Amino acid sequence: MKTYIPNKFIVDRDPERCIQCQVCVNQCSFDANYYDAEDDEVKSREENCVGCHRCVVFCPTQALTIRKNPLDYRENFNWRPEVIEDILKQAESGAMILTGMGNDKGYRVYWDHLVLNASQVTNPSIDPLREPMELTTYLGSKPDKVELDSNNLKLKTKLAPQVKLDIPVIFAAMSYGAVSINVHESLARAATEAGTLWNTGEGGLHSKLYKYGANTIVQVASGRFGVHQNYLDAGSIVEIKIGQGAKPGIGGHLPGEKVSSEVSLTRMIPQGTDALSPAPQHDIYSIEDLAQLVYSLKEATNYEKPISVKIAAVHNSAAIASGMVRAGADIIVLDGFRGGTGATPKIIRDNVGIPIELALASVDSRLRAEGIRNRASIVVSGGIRNSGDVAKAIALGADAVYIGTAALVALGCTLCQQCHTGKCAWGICTNNLTLTKRINPDIGSRRLANLLRGWSLELKDILGGMGLNALESLRGNRLSLRGIGLTDTELKILGVKMAGD
Amino acid sequence: MSGNNTFSLKVEELSHRALNAKLREAVANGIQRIELREVYGQRYIGTDLNKPVQIEIYGTPGNDMGAFMNGPSIVVHGNVQDGSGNTMDDGVIVVHGHAGDITGLAARGGKIFIKEDVGYRVGIHMKEYGEKKPLLVIGGTAQDFLGEYMAGGTLVLLGLNLKENEGHKARFIGTGMHGGVIYLRGNVEDFQLGKEVGVVEPDDNDYTVLQSAVGEFASYFDYDAEELLKGKFLKLFPLSSRPYGRLYTH
Amino acid sequence: MRDLTEISNPYSDGKIIDSCSIFGMMDTSGKCFSGKDITKAIGNMHFRGNGLGGGFAIYGLYPEYADYYAFHIMYLSKDSQNQVESFLKENFHVVVTDEIPTQPTPAIINPPLVWRYFLEVDMGKCVLQEPDDYVTEKVMQINTCMDGAFVFSSGKNMGVFKGVGYPEEIAEYFCLNDYQGYLWTSHGRFPTNTRGWWGGAHPFNILDWTVVHNGEISSYGINYRCLEQFGYLCTMQTDTEVVAYIIDLLMRKHGLPIEIVAKIMAPPFWDDIERLPQDERELLIALRQVYSSMLLNGPFTIIIAHQGEMIGFTDRIRLRPLTVGVKGSMLYLSSEEASIRLISPDLDKAWIPMGGEPIIGRLATENQKQFITGVTEVRTGNKLR
Repeated sequence: MKTYIPNKFIVDRDPERCIQCQVCVNQCSFDANYYDAEDDEVKSREENCVGCHRCVVFCPTQALTIRKNPLDYRENFNWRPEVIEDILKQAESGAMILTGMGNDKGYRVYWDHLVLNASQVTNPSIDPLREPMELTTYLGSKPDKVELDSNNLKLKTKLAPQVKLDIPVIFAAMSYGAVSINVHESLARAATEAGTLWNTGEGGLHSKLYKYGANTIVQVASGRFGVHQNYLDAGSIVEIKIGQGAKPGIGGHLPGEKVSSEVSLTRMIPQGTDALSPAPQHDIYSIEDLAQLVYSLKEATNYEKPISVKIAAVHNSAAIASGMVRAGADIIVLDGFRGGTGATPKIIRDNVGIPIELALASVDSRLRAEGIRNRASIVVSGGIRNSGDVAKAIALGADAVYIGTAALVALGCTLCQQCHTGKCAWGICTNNLTLTKRINPDIGSRRLANLLRGWSLELKDILGGMGLNALESLRGNRLSLRGIGLTDTELKILGVKMAGD
Repeated sequence: MSGNNTFSLKVEELSHRALNAKLREAVANGIQRIELREVYGQRYIGTDLNKPVQIEIYGTPGNDMGAFMNGPSIVVHGNVQDGSGNTMDDGVIVVHGHAGDITGLAARGGKIFIKEDVGYRVGIHMKEYGEKKPLLVIGGTAQDFLGEYMAGGTLVLLGLNLKENEGHKARFIGTGMHGGVIYLRGNVEDFQLGKEVGVVEPDDNDYTVLQSAVGEFASYFDYDAEELLKGKFLKLFPLSSRPYGRLYTH
Repeated sequence: MRDLTEISNPYSDGKIIDSCSIFGMMDTSGKCFSGKDITKAIGNMHFRGNGLGGGFAIYGLYPEYADYYAFHIMYLSKDSQNQVESFLKENFHVVVTDEIPTQPTPAIINPPLVWRYFLEVDMGKCVLQEPDDYVTEKVMQINTCMDGAFVFSSGKNMGVFKGVGYPEEIAEYFCLNDYQGYLWTSHGRFPTNTRGWWGGAHPFNILDWTVVHNGEISSYGINYRCLEQFGYLCTMQTDTEVVAYIIDLLMRKHGLPIEIVAKIMAPPFWDDIERLPQDERELLIALRQVYSSMLLNGPFTIIIAHQGEMIGFTDRIRLRPLTVGVKGSMLYLSSEEASIRLISPDLDKAWIPMGGEPIIGRLATENQKQFITGVTEVRTGNKLR
């Protein structure tokens, strides 16, 4: 069938600058650039270009420019080019449209409508470069009070297990299989260097990464890949994944071609078979079943590790979160609809779930209203882009945030949304060995650790400016936020006042 | 009033504004020596006199004593509160007691001698330019953030009231330091020092500076300078004049 | 006062900001003294306030009625007085009712009616509650549900006197020279974002706890949210109120000693905690983990008092001043040393405690000879003049 789908991108190759070196040909994993031996000339197949810009960055003479194909149909706000293209794809395939990364639609980004405070006159700002500025955060369930033994010097209360973070930014779950071992290693090493955590995702933990266990969150998802006693013992937190923001209520499917021998070994399934993650966890059909799984993992780890439960942010997150805390979760993770993924049905990604800012605000408020906020830490994810977002999330009530997409961008990702193809030209979301070596863990871990260092410095600047020298004084401190351009209802849900008020 | 060139006053509950107006007037009239008794918290004594007048204070002067001071010499027979010598330009402050927080804040010249302990952030952001080089000598020990982002001048901490084997307790000494020098007598652990600070044994040039500073200190408070100089001194210096090189990107 | 925010916070600011002078003095032998000295001392820090609030707390004030809750109530009208008095009769045995004596003072303009009641809890009504909780509830009820009335003192054998004016003017107005107590605290206020009102002056009181405070607590936004979880409603939008409730929660309800409470409100840095011996380290880590939302961040000095005890400390990086003076059995705590010297020139010791380190004065008992504690060693016996 002849496709009616036009090119998304135009590849401009400046003949004055091009030296026919073929770097672009080698770099493009989508075959958008090729060498025409007959003409002795590098040319493009623009229909294959995904706009990832790998060739642009690597062209030694800056000969390449990738432009959006303007697709100047007759202007129509309803029938936009993307809508037309999606219909064409389905007409030609009869299938669901698959995509990668998170919701890219123009829904309101609430972070951009929140502003932070600073001290002037009545209380001093604190100089973060010279004076101590504490970002230390402990994840885990806290009691409402401590008891001391009679001489008052020793602690009588035994706290539930706590995990220390030097910066309240954790690398989000991305499974081995979806991403490569080199990405996993980069994340693990950077987390260890920065004093934070990374998350295995649901694909198990490669044997060579067990040594980073103290900085690892091991995930238990519906597919239970690579889950065994050593795996549970390896991490410092065990996370039950109920759902994720990019595909709430939807399972996963790692195609057999991505299940290499190493992936097979780690996931503990035969090489080349599809790895299916069911939509629900089939031992959790209700809240009491969640409690059962939480406690079976606590038993399996001798009550030595916090158990985290991750859900996609959906309409009744607040009530669900309350149930999760009562079911024994030490940490609850809320993943907003901008959270990324290796593959998701586009219609789900773009239409299901809610923004993390609103989910976080309502969950924190609800847990406080019920007097159970101390019983679990809240970690949020789904679209955290910079340290400003981190500070705002903490002020709304989060204990820490997960970053997935931002971490991948640090490694080179340009959000071309081709994760599901396994052809990632940046070598991130692929297990093609010629591509995965594009991520060198020495460099990858440095880039990630640098990112965290930069954010850590900025967070200290933000705190100092507000006259605070410990992150806990910002946590849940919504008076440090004001809203701009929000309706009364939005302000009420966020629990913040309008700027100027 | 007593003596030709001396102005003497029992201050008691006079407001700082009334007191300082009297001092301005006295100095304008050529008074060279001022004696203030029963001082209870009056602020800004010594500010805006701009002459090398001698001021003796009995009591507890208020905050910002000698702020922006240019010229006078103040001797306090008692303790001083916060902010003495704030942004001081020239002159001398001698305190026969302890001093509060931010003593010598941003001082750009002159000398301050405190017999006993000092509070938080003392010598913070002292700076020097050309011949202008402030000196601050402390007989006792200091609380946290001594010499915080110090940009110039000389700070001497003698620790004379520390017991044997007792170290200084201050944390964050010289944090953000990028100029000037701190001489510290007595023991201090590495964790007490700001990360921008280097530590070495003083050399002969340093001892020349110390002899003069400690000598003057000893002369005010009846110590034997030789004895004081026998103690073990450390020299704290800024590792870099630009400690924040890898902080920003563009 | 039904609409407290209307009065205390007319512009609905997120919080009320004020800056101040504070002074406390205690005779740890229990000997009582008049308000003459403390009035002079706090008056000496006139420039730290702006005349929009002054107040005093006195302990050991009503020995003849020591078993009764002493309510000091301000009224805007006779009507509100009648209403509140019938409420008191319904819920308490009212032992004594009298108007608090005042004298004409030029600076005191348009004062409210101020009355005093000695009350016994009606045990028939207070069944499943501790009497202290019952009293707290009734105070909150008057202060948030009844028009034109405000209970500003509700403890036993103690009392708060406060209003709009400089503290020395308030002392004159309430004839504080005529009262005797063994522990006095006082406050001169410089509110930055509210017109003064009588109930908004300090000390803040709940039961026999009082708090005076200097500075602005930058963590207020989380401190009050955390207290809400424990059932405290912060109606005054002031730091002092938050401090008082934290103290009430941690000391009265959680049973923690003040030394520990100070470590919660002004905790040591994580780095410093790491260097401590194991037991102490574990305790301090747990305190920071559990009570992280009760860390008071930003500049403050507070003096907390209750029957038999006076405690002063600053924030952990000492952004507000506190000087301690000791003379015999007397303990003085002040924003400025000069004010102590003014009333006790010949101190045995005067020193500046480290940030966050509590200085505690306790009534001496036969078992407890050490009546003034504080970790700082007093290095220099500072006997001058």
